Amino acid sequence: MSEAKVLGGQEVVGVGRIEGPIMVVEGAANVSYDEVVEIKDSRGQLRRGRVLEVSENFAVVQVFAGSTGLSIDGTSVRFLGNTLHIPVAEEMLGRIFDGLGNPIDGGPEPLTDKYADVNGQPINPTARIYPRDYIQTGISTIDGVNTLLRGQKLPLFSGAGMPHDQLAAQIVRQATLGKEAGAPQTEGEEFAIVFAAMGVKNDVADYFRRSFTESGALTRVAMFLNLADDPPVERIVTPRAALTLAEYLAYEKGMHVLVVLTDMTNYGEALRQISNVRGEVPSRKGYPGYLYSDLASLYERTGRIRTSEGSITQIPILTMPNDDITHPMPDLTGYITEGQIVLGRELNFAGIYPPVTVLPSLSRLMKDGIGKGRTRDDHPRWGAQLYAAYARTQDVRALASVIGEEELSEVDQKYLKFGRAFEREFVNQAFTENRTIERTLEIGWKLLSILPKKELTRVNLDEIEKYYTGTDATN
Amino acid sequence: MSNEVGKITWISGPVVRARGSKNVGMLELVEVGEDRLVGEVIGLKGDQMTVQVYEETAGMQTGETIYGTGLPLSVELGPGLIQSIYDGVQRPLPLIEQAVGSFINRGARFDSINREKKWKYTPKVKVGDEVKGGDILGVAMETDTFEHRVMLNPDDSGTITWVAPAGEYTVNDTIAKLKSGKEEKNVTMLQRWPVRRARPFVNRRGANIPLITGQRILDTFFPVAKGGAAGIPGPFGSGKTVTQHSIAKWADAEVIVYIGCGERGNEMTEVLQEFPHLIDPRSGRPLMERTVLIANTSNMPVAAREASIYTGITIAEYYRDMGYHVALMADSTSRWAEALREVSGRLEEMPAEEGYPAYLAGRLAEFYERAGYVNNLNGSQGSVSIVGAVSPPGGDFSEPVTQHTKRFIRCFWALDKSLASARHFPAINWLDSYSEYLEDVGNWWREKTGKDWLTMRNRAMELLSEESRLSQIVKLVGPDALPFTERMVLETTRLIREGLLQQNATETVDAYSSVEKQIRMLELVLYFHERGMAIVKRGAPINLIHDLPVVDKIIRAKSTITNEELGKFEDLQKEIDEQMSQLDAEYRQ
Repeated sequence: MSEAKVLGGQEVVGVGRIEGPIMVVEGAANVSYDEVVEIKDSRGQLRRGRVLEVSENFAVVQVFAGSTGLSIDGTSVRFLGNTLHIPVAEEMLGRIFDGLGNPIDGGPEPLTDKYADVNGQPINPTARIYPRDYIQTGISTIDGVNTLLRGQKLPLFSGAGMPHDQLAAQIVRQATLGKEAGAPQTEGEEFAIVFAAMGVKNDVADYFRRSFTESGALTRVAMFLNLADDPPVERIVTPRAALTLAEYLAYEKGMHVLVVLTDMTNYGEALRQISNVRGEVPSRKGYPGYLYSDLASLYERTGRIRTSEGSITQIPILTMPNDDITHPMPDLTGYITEGQIVLGRELNFAGIYPPVTVLPSLSRLMKDGIGKGRTRDDHPRWGAQLYAAYARTQDVRALASVIGEEELSEVDQKYLKFGRAFEREFVNQAFTENRTIERTLEIGWKLLSILPKKELTRVNLDEIEKYYTGTDATN
Repeated sequence: MSNEVGKITWISGPVVRARGSKNVGMLELVEVGEDRLVGEVIGLKGDQMTVQVYEETAGMQTGETIYGTGLPLSVELGPGLIQSIYDGVQRPLPLIEQAVGSFINRGARFDSINREKKWKYTPKVKVGDEVKGGDILGVAMETDTFEHRVMLNPDDSGTITWVAPAGEYTVNDTIAKLKSGKEEKNVTMLQRWPVRRARPFVNRRGANIPLITGQRILDTFFPVAKGGAAGIPGPFGSGKTVTQHSIAKWADAEVIVYIGCGERGNEMTEVLQEFPHLIDPRSGRPLMERTVLIANTSNMPVAAREASIYTGITIAEYYRDMGYHVALMADSTSRWAEALREVSGRLEEMPAEEGYPAYLAGRLAEFYERAGYVNNLNGSQGSVSIVGAVSPPGGDFSEPVTQHTKRFIRCFWALDKSLASARHFPAINWLDSYSEYLEDVGNWWREKTGKDWLTMRNRAMELLSEESRLSQIVKLVGPDALPFTERMVLETTRLIREGLLQQNATETVDAYSSVEKQIRMLELVLYFHERGMAIVKRGAPINLIHDLPVVDKIIRAKSTITNEELGKFEDLQKEIDEQMSQLDAEYRQ
């Protein structure tokens, strides 16, 4: 952040108490809630913080870089009189920033006089446009059965050791504006990409950087990196800084922006840490009671508004501790976001990429972006049918594991066959494979044709007539 | 109207403490700081007051002033509520958008009810009439067809000394003059009512008319009565919102109040963009013309989320008082409870379970008790039905909000993750759900359809619970090990599940099932069962019944037979007869 932009404020020498990343400053007058402070340690090094609580006699300050090296007497605190702002500019695409929005790629400060509050402001629901345009990602498990729309927030729920980064990179690389099946595939409009890393390893950040470079996207990517060895408290600001730039690009410059946030679990832990130090009453697993509202203040910065052509689509990545989907982080995320793509360990072991576990995955907005005039008329029912059939496959598998495959009825055996083919041909695809929507629908129908027609109660009879390719003679 | 009552001494998120006058009342509406943000006094101790602020407090400083208003947090009531969309403290969102753009700014102030708009008003009282609180003074046409009955404030009474002639008036114009004692006062169409105080009525009536929603699993299997309260708990992605939207669209109430409380912005936008284009099957008018929306999305200030529930229920009661049936959806009461918890945490109150304050249960009870089918002060009858969504963490129904809610509702629609995963919608688990209104509404069904709904409904439930028992066995040994009679049960329950319980909210024919259609479908499936069972008992193999062409037709009937062509069910029944008789004959040879 440009120092020149900062107006002077009152300075207080000496602090009352330091505890973890929290500092209590006494004797400052007229401190504003949520105000930014500049902290100078005894050697004159500067760091930044933010006011969490104010009273007449003291202010509670959260130090972004952590309190290591700060002393009671040797620390001076300057209150800057404003909430945290970052510069925003189109030239920030192609650049790399730290978790607070300062350039770390050796380049100059972004040249702009436009600064925006990292907290943003809630979008008025009446100003929104309901998302309806689908994004073709070329991945069957997303386009086919969990369609992503422009202006949607759709997280990847994953676990340690699973290829969520590859999947996110593939989505980013292949995403184009969706076309109706059969319409000529034109060069899609390109997305601007805002990437925020919170507490991830350097390798991960590096993987994304390489992936963006290889696909030639680097010039339209802005990266905000708070890596595993960076101060955890900064993580609270990182996604906000990234979304602030995204909002500028989408709503003021009319661009379509794809925001990738990884890893939200680390963000939640930073929040929990601050809350613990402040001695707040915890709710579940030590997370603060306001975790839902806090996460919502990030995820809800997605969407489209009427006064702009642009859109923000969010793909947060979240590794579920111990693969537990009921953990507060995935749980509260799932309540806020418009669906979730869940990666599963079993499929991953079986060598299936992307290992998307279809049944718990969901896109809430899918129904409004597919069907006649958007993808293809049969798409909604086709998707429901695939889901229903695959759910049935799971029951049949459970049964087969008890009584053996040979004992299954003829129909159940067909379900088993369908299930295997579904995982190998529909879910499974190469990292470089970019399937059109027609191709995805075609594969789905081919798989459904393994089953007898009578089992297909979700699709209508005309559709069976038109697309069913099986040999089943009954009806 | 407002005077200085204190200076801010402490700020933490939505909670502010101040020192000053002792004349501030508990729950008084105050204006906080130089931006004059809306707040409410929630604690008093000596000259110290604690205020919860309904807007973002970033940038506020200690030493700033708090201004009192002398009034409790209230809503404005009058013509113009319908088709409005408000935030949690009744600020009109479209005006905020016009004034400050796409993002909600702090401190934006607007009248909740339009002061300029003129309403076509016809008086219903004349000079010399004695009137008491709640009496209808006249009617204003709120939409082309909706009659807004203008009532005297429940706290007033007296003699009418002047009546405005029929004509067009704004809500500020005097429509009558009232003399009580020596005082004469002007009455307008606008009144204010404190949100935390239930509007009075004479007494409660029995709730014995079902709220018909056109959703088969609700109306046929787990009905809620008009004036009743129902809870929909479910893990994320199980379809709470879709169910709430379906009820808001199709419920046979005259007014719908939809509270989006701490939920997604896109969802409210969906309602806003969809409802004006959907036609109410009863009135033939756009659904928006009976709807009031309260949108306090998850990223809007948390204290206003707490208020939004009260704002909504007060508006609902106001229309109830006119003699209307009102249905209120609150999505989600868990977010409201979390707002309570957040404020309570900032006040450093002693937490009870999972950090929630000890008064959580009391607040939930207060809210759900504002539902009811009542005799109004003016002699009319009206109802407020509440449908509250609950979002239990991890889908675990043993958490405090779900558990306490269960104590104050009589109808429980349990959403199920595994049904949702299989795309069985509405994903309401028929074994975990219950309705205590079954007996109460049985008569209504008998009068309306001439059929014994309750017996049929119970028979279907019996089959479903039998299925659940049998499926345990099937999981262990496979279906082939079951006798044909039990497999016949499984055939029928498949028809019940796929043909009746599953309902597609996005398909035109299937989205709404009339009561008559519902009972015909139920009857048909049970008929199929009785016929099939008779044949199977004689030893006919079950797969022949499974393969009957009519089976597929029964499953598809929900989307092939419209509410207007119920005669086709007779044809289906004939087909069952023909095919079963043929099978019977074949088998007997």
